[in-house]
Amino acid sequence: MVATKDMPLKEYVLKGNAACAGCQDMVALRHAHKALEGNVIQVVPACCTSVVQGLWPKSGLGIPVLNTAFPAAAATASGVRAALAAKGKDDTTVMVWAGDGGTFDIGIQALSGAFERRTDFLYVCYNNQVYSNTGTQRSGGTPLHAKTTTTWLGKKEPEKLLDFIVAMHEPVYQATANTAYPRDLYDKFLKAKEIRGPKFIHIFLPCPQAWNYPVEKGVELGKLAVETGYWIQWERVGTEFTLGRQSKRFQDPEKRKPIEEFLKMQGRFSHLFRPERQDAKIQELQDYVQYRWDLLMKTLA
Amino acid sequence: MVNEVNIDPKSRADMPTTSYSKPVIGATGKTGSWRTFTPKIDYDECSRCRTCWLHCPEAVITLDEDGTPHIDLDYCKGCGCCAEVCPKKCIAMIRVGFDEEESA
Amino acid sequence: MKTELMSANYAAARAVMSARVEVVPAYPITPATTIPEQIALLNETGQWPGQFIRVESEHSAMFACIGASSTGARTFTATSSNGLLLMDEGLHWATAARLPIVLANINRSISPSWNIHVTHDDSMSKATSGWIQFYVSSVDEFYHTIIQAFKLAEDERVLMPVMVNADGFVLSHTLSTYDYLEPEEVDKFLPPYKPPHWVMDPENPVSHGNIVFPEHYQEFRYAMHEGTHNAMKVYEEVEREYKKLFGKYFGGPIDCYKCDDAEVVFTSQGSVAAEAKDAIDELREEGYKVGNARMRMIRPFPVDRIRELGSRVKGFASLDRSVSYGYGGPVANDIRATMYNTKHRPIIKSYIGGLGGRDMTVPDIKEVILDTVKAVETGETGPEETWHDLR
Ligand SMILES: Cc1ncc(C[n+]2csc(CCOP(=O)(O)OP(=O)(O)O)c2C)c(N)n1
Ligand code: SF4
Ligand code: SF4
Repeated sequence: MVATKDMPLKEYVLKGNAACAGCQDMVALRHAHKALEGNVIQVVPACCTSVVQGLWPKSGLGIPVLNTAFPAAAATASGVRAALAAKGKDDTTVMVWAGDGGTFDIGIQALSGAFERRTDFLYVCYNNQVYSNTGTQRSGGTPLHAKTTTTWLGKKEPEKLLDFIVAMHEPVYQATANTAYPRDLYDKFLKAKEIRGPKFIHIFLPCPQAWNYPVEKGVELGKLAVETGYWIQWERVGTEFTLGRQSKRFQDPEKRKPIEEFLKMQGRFSHLFRPERQDAKIQELQDYVQYRWDLLMKTLA
Repeated sequence: MVNEVNIDPKSRADMPTTSYSKPVIGATGKTGSWRTFTPKIDYDECSRCRTCWLHCPEAVITLDEDGTPHIDLDYCKGCGCCAEVCPKKCIAMIRVGFDEEESA
Repeated sequence: MKTELMSANYAAARAVMSARVEVVPAYPITPATTIPEQIALLNETGQWPGQFIRVESEHSAMFACIGASSTGARTFTATSSNGLLLMDEGLHWATAARLPIVLANINRSISPSWNIHVTHDDSMSKATSGWIQFYVSSVDEFYHTIIQAFKLAEDERVLMPVMVNADGFVLSHTLSTYDYLEPEEVDKFLPPYKPPHWVMDPENPVSHGNIVFPEHYQEFRYAMHEGTHNAMKVYEEVEREYKKLFGKYFGGPIDCYKCDDAEVVFTSQGSVAAEAKDAIDELREEGYKVGNARMRMIRPFPVDRIRELGSRVKGFASLDRSVSYGYGGPVANDIRATMYNTKHRPIIKSYIGGLGGRDMTVPDIKEVILDTVKAVETGETGPEETWHDLR
């Protein structure tokens, strides 16, 4: 893994942008772009990242950004790639930067199409597990029992298993990442930029507004997600699977922290603890951790 | 010129045909004004490990060659992530006007 | 210039080659399907060197156009009916982003029920979007209008996308001889596209389309309006140059036939407008002073030309192959609105007919025109709109 002192100092996220204080999306953007070093065209569908840029005529991102419609990120990127190909410029990374809504839900058709066409681009889903832009409605990436403004009593369904859907499109490179581990995230973008073809990076990203936790706790929460086994760090180059070094220990259920530690830091799960503890629901979430590990190790590893 | 943007349009004549924006520092103004708590680094304790720089969401921490961090308080939003991650616990989050005067 | 026998759809694919289009994202829908099919073939056989994107929907087709055009490529797509409707979000995105995309729309009825024949409801429902809209009456006109459309769209005073409409099957699948140009010939008319204002470029980054507050939003909309508006004047120049270079001229925004001394003028869009010439000839023989005004361009609306005509005639018989449900035919409504602020008061009759591919033959057209002739004679304006041949 890259040493912090060897990471580029140049910033592509410009200070004084419109992101909320503590926004982990900006951490992801900072390190992704340090890896890509500016040779990128970034396509952004409607999501928080369309807002953090700030107001016309100024932008808080020091890279070319093509904002596009909510369902259309991967299609727009296909057009950008084709134009670059027509002009014989193929060293530029075409990157989608979409939320979970724009990926799991409304954008999944365009995503699927672009992957099936073997489009040479990098699709990044930064997953804050909710529609944050529009004020915290549930998405296909919202976990079971999480409260949102369209699931006031807690979501009744677990999240869509997006990584598996994407994997079945056989990307040339696929990885999960987590903003609590910026150096690992940086490395993954470095790697992705060198590989031609459809690539996918799925970033776990705590959102202080939507998850309702103290703004400074983003890193702690990101780490807890890994330490409880809830979020698994892995990478796949073609079909070559590697379990991420942050997750390795937690393959052993004994080593994992109880899911409760991850849940109780967040207001969106507060109803599982107050006024009465909901043991059955907490257990359901706990069981889901193992279910996902099994599925991952059985199908993709 | 292509991609030229007048960032201070006074009238329609200064505006382009469609809304393209220029990357600038301070696109949303001096975001330091959003802050309630102000980070303050105790340089005697600081080990120059760069962890705060790594995790700052705002890119407001710059580093000297030896890794000494400096926080741009004009833009720091006061989220406290840096203080949380600092392994030396040498960043204090100070309520300006309550705890002490703001000084960088 | 050479001649070949082709359907309008194949001619459109040829236009993509002639205009050196760089990117074509397209999705099949009857009766536009043979356009992407033929483009794929031209591409795979190396005759057209551009990038063909086999998108998975029309929504994606339009957004791939937007991505490509934003990165500076000359871009074309083709669709029809439900496909055009699925593109809607992108159609509006393209106008606000000022992207000179050219779209061939093969007019087809909207579902339900499934009907693959011509109705103009698909394109007429986009009349407020900012897209410049042409309607053509022949294969030759379709081919050359597509090439002209790039020149018009890419003009710095315009920078708006152009939709060239052709009637499903009547034109799309009917063979006709037409004259075509080699790319080297078109080069004299159409230089490579260079975005004049903004482009996605890592060397010189801008962010397109971030948030605009009410302080400025309206000014951007005004700029779009101006762009579409300017197309009327710019198209005159485009046509003049095209005529000079290639000897082709299709009659400006309104192609008039025997209108000079006409008392009643028939207006329509698309293939019916060609049929109408025969109706006019027959009626002239029968002693009626009638003319044919073929509406080639409906956005921007040819206000001056309509007013000029309206100052001389006593009646317009305006046929729409489309309905503004709840109030008349869309083009007839525009003609009425156009005449209101003048001192002339011709009778303007709105006819709706030929929907779902129902034939509008010479006798049908004659019946419509004679109905207006009667209204002019009696001074009775009659109903707000008349559905022709309603069973
Ligand atoms: C077609 C369409 N439907 C709905 C919206 C409203 N909308 C904008 S962003 C958004 C949610 C975005 O959620 P996500 O993709 O998870 O990104 P986040 O805001 O969480 O960063 C919605 C519903 C839209 N812009 N376009
Ligand atoms: S308080 Fe937040 S914005 Fe300010 S320096 Fe620390 S991490 Fe960066
Ligand atoms: S994290 Fe703490 S110890 Fe490390 S450089 Fe920053 S202030 Fe110094």
